[in-house]
Amino acid sequence: MSLLDLFKKKGSSDVAKDRLKLLLVSDRANCSPEVMEMIKNDIIKVISKYMVIDADGLDIQITTTESDSDNGSVPALYANIPIKDIRNND
Amino acid sequence: MSEVIVVTSGKGGVGKTTTTANIGTGLAKLGKKVVMIDTDTGLRNLDVVLGLENRIVYNLVDVVEGNCRIKQAMITDKRCPKLYLLPTAQTRDKSAISPEQMIKVIDELKSDPEGFDYILLDSPAGIEQGFQNAIAGADRALVVTTPEVSAIRDADRIVGLLDAHGLKEHEDLIVNRIRMDMVGRGEMMSIEDVNDILQLNVIGAIPDDESIVVATNKGQPLVGDDTMAGQAFMNICKRVIGEEVPFLDLNGKGGFFKKLSSLFKNGK
Repeated sequence: MSLLDLFKKKGSSDVAKDRLKLLLVSDRANCSPEVMEMIKNDIIKVISKYMVIDADGLDIQITTTESDSDNGSVPALYANIPIKDIRNND
Repeated sequence: MSEVIVVTSGKGGVGKTTTTANIGTGLAKLGKKVVMIDTDTGLRNLDVVLGLENRIVYNLVDVVEGNCRIKQAMITDKRCPKLYLLPTAQTRDKSAISPEQMIKVIDELKSDPEGFDYILLDSPAGIEQGFQNAIAGADRALVVTTPEVSAIRDADRIVGLLDAHGLKEHEDLIVNRIRMDMVGRGEMMSIEDVNDILQLNVIGAIPDDESIVVATNKGQPLVGDDTMAGQAFMNICKRVIGEEVPFLDLNGKGGFFKKLSSLFKNGK
C-alpha cells in the first residue's frame, strides 16, 4: 500500500465522513441541510449588496457557545465569509 | 475522595459493558479500589462479562428499596481483591430507580470509611431514564464509539446531553473496534477522523481483536494481558489515573495518530 494509492479513489471512509458532517449539522441545529443551504444563500445575497465575497469559500455552521448571561451553552450560528473586495459606495 | 466515571455511548452494542469491565479491572490492577455499578436495569450484563453472574444475591434495586444494605449487594471479585461489583436487577425495569436515588447510592459509596478511588457506572444504551440515572452522579464521562456513522452520530448526541448536564471538559472518547488494516485502505474512519468530527479528546483506541470475544466467553477481562486489546485497555486505565502514557513510537517520526496506527500495525 503506497501513499499514492490513497489518492487514487475515494474510500468509503471519506464518504462516511462527509455524510456524518452534514448529518451532525442538522442534528445539532435541529434543522435540515436544505434549510442551512437556504440560510447560506440568503446571507450571500445580503452581504453581496455591500461587498464582494467568495461565495464558494463561505462556510456556515451551527455550533454551541457559552452564554454571556448564564452558565449554559447556547447554539450559535457561525459564518466564515471570505471578503474579496470591500466596496466603498460613499 | 472518589471519582465517579460514567461509561456511555448512546448506541447499543459498541462495547460499553466490555469497556467498563476492563477499565474497572485495570484500575484495580493498578492498585485502586474500584466499585462498578451496572445501571442497565432489566438488561444487566456487566456481571456476565466479569464472570460474576453466579454470585449475585442482592442488587441495586434492593438497595434503593431498602431490602438490604449496600455492602450486602456488593460482590467482591476474588481474582482482584480491590474490585467490587454492584449489579442491578434483571427482572425490573429502568423506572425502578430514580436519578435522586442513584445520587444517594453514590453519596453513600463516597462516604465509605475505607474509601473507593473510583466509582464506575455502566450506562445502558439510549437517552432515556436509564441513561439519566447513570449520569446523575457522574463527575466524568467516557464516551465509547466505533468508527461507524451510526455510532458516531449517537455519540455526538450523547456529548450534547453530557454538556448540558455540566460535564463539558470532563468527557473523553474511546474509539472501539478499530481495524487499522481497513483504515489503511481508506475503508474505515481513522481515530483522527473521529476526533475531528466529534471534537473530543481521544483517551484511547481499542483494536477489533478476537481476544475480546474469547475473554467475554470466559468471563475474564483481558486488560493488562499481552494481547493488543489488553494493552490498549491498560493504557486507557493509566491515562484515567492521570499518567502520561505515550503511544509507542516505532517510526521515529509522525504525529500522535500515526504513531498509534503504526503501533497497531506492527503489533499484528
